[in-house]
Amino acid sequence: MIETAFTPIASLAGGALIGLAAVLLMLFQGRIAGISGIVSRLLPPEADGETAGRLAFVAGLVLAPLVAYAAGSAWPVPQIAATIPVLVVAGLLVGFGSVWGNGCTSGHGICGLSRLSLRSLVAVATFMASAIATVFVVRYLL
Amino acid sequence: MSILVQFVIGLVFGLGLILAGMANPAKVLNFLDLAAIPAGRWDASLIFVMAGGVAVAMLGYRLAFLRERPLLAERFSLPGASRPDARLVTGAALFGIGWGLAGFCPGPALVAALTGGLPALVFLAAMLAGMALARRLAAATVVSMPPVEFRREP
Repeated sequence: MIETAFTPIASLAGGALIGLAAVLLMLFQGRIAGISGIVSRLLPPEADGETAGRLAFVAGLVLAPLVAYAAGSAWPVPQIAATIPVLVVAGLLVGFGSVWGNGCTSGHGICGLSRLSLRSLVAVATFMASAIATVFVVRYLL
Repeated sequence: MSILVQFVIGLVFGLGLILAGMANPAKVLNFLDLAAIPAGRWDASLIFVMAGGVAVAMLGYRLAFLRERPLLAERFSLPGASRPDARLVTGAALFGIGWGLAGFCPGPALVAALTGGLPALVFLAAMLAGMALARRLAAATVVSMPPVEFRREP
């Protein structure tokens, strides 16, 4: 495994920024900042006049590393341990599961929990449990 | 205007993911590895991400809902208030397995598109395919709850 440092302050600040983005999307557009919901409604684009806005949001996410770099941060290279075949399976599961379950870490985890939604609480408990179990199997049993 | 605003919000969201460490799968997996607690190798950072995000959103949503309507839209649109069901649990369980295998969830997978090289792009492509498949299947089989739309009476 790749060791990572405990970063409570940066993580709290980053989490607050994510929360701020969720609030801004509600304040300006009246919408939940669920990444899986926003992205999946582009596949194919839903005919509700929101496609350009969704694409702009996704573009902001994709270009965020450039802005972080321009602001003086290191180029944020993700450390990926999984092999290509595992990444294919994992990607399919993440994509399918998040849309089938109506949300991912953002829509259920941040937006849903902060609205005290029972569905989101059940979803978060479920995906945390299955993710923790999966990591245990991969790291200690296989 | 609305499009520019959503671009900036996406940027803020992505910068939050980067600063939080969520955009690094190694950090996510080390958080999910509870068995590392006894050895002192557990990375608890992601609890702080969730705490910061939920605290700000909880307060901010309340303030936003004081308005009659959103600044750039006719009304607020929230997920329908249905009860948890088998589909929700099945989807969340599958999502969790994928998240635990790779350490990527949808937001970080998009943030990694320019920074993560081929492995990140492979994950992203598979994720988009999985989403498209779920939407097709859902359209064919599921009667979805209409969203709750509202604006406050002035």
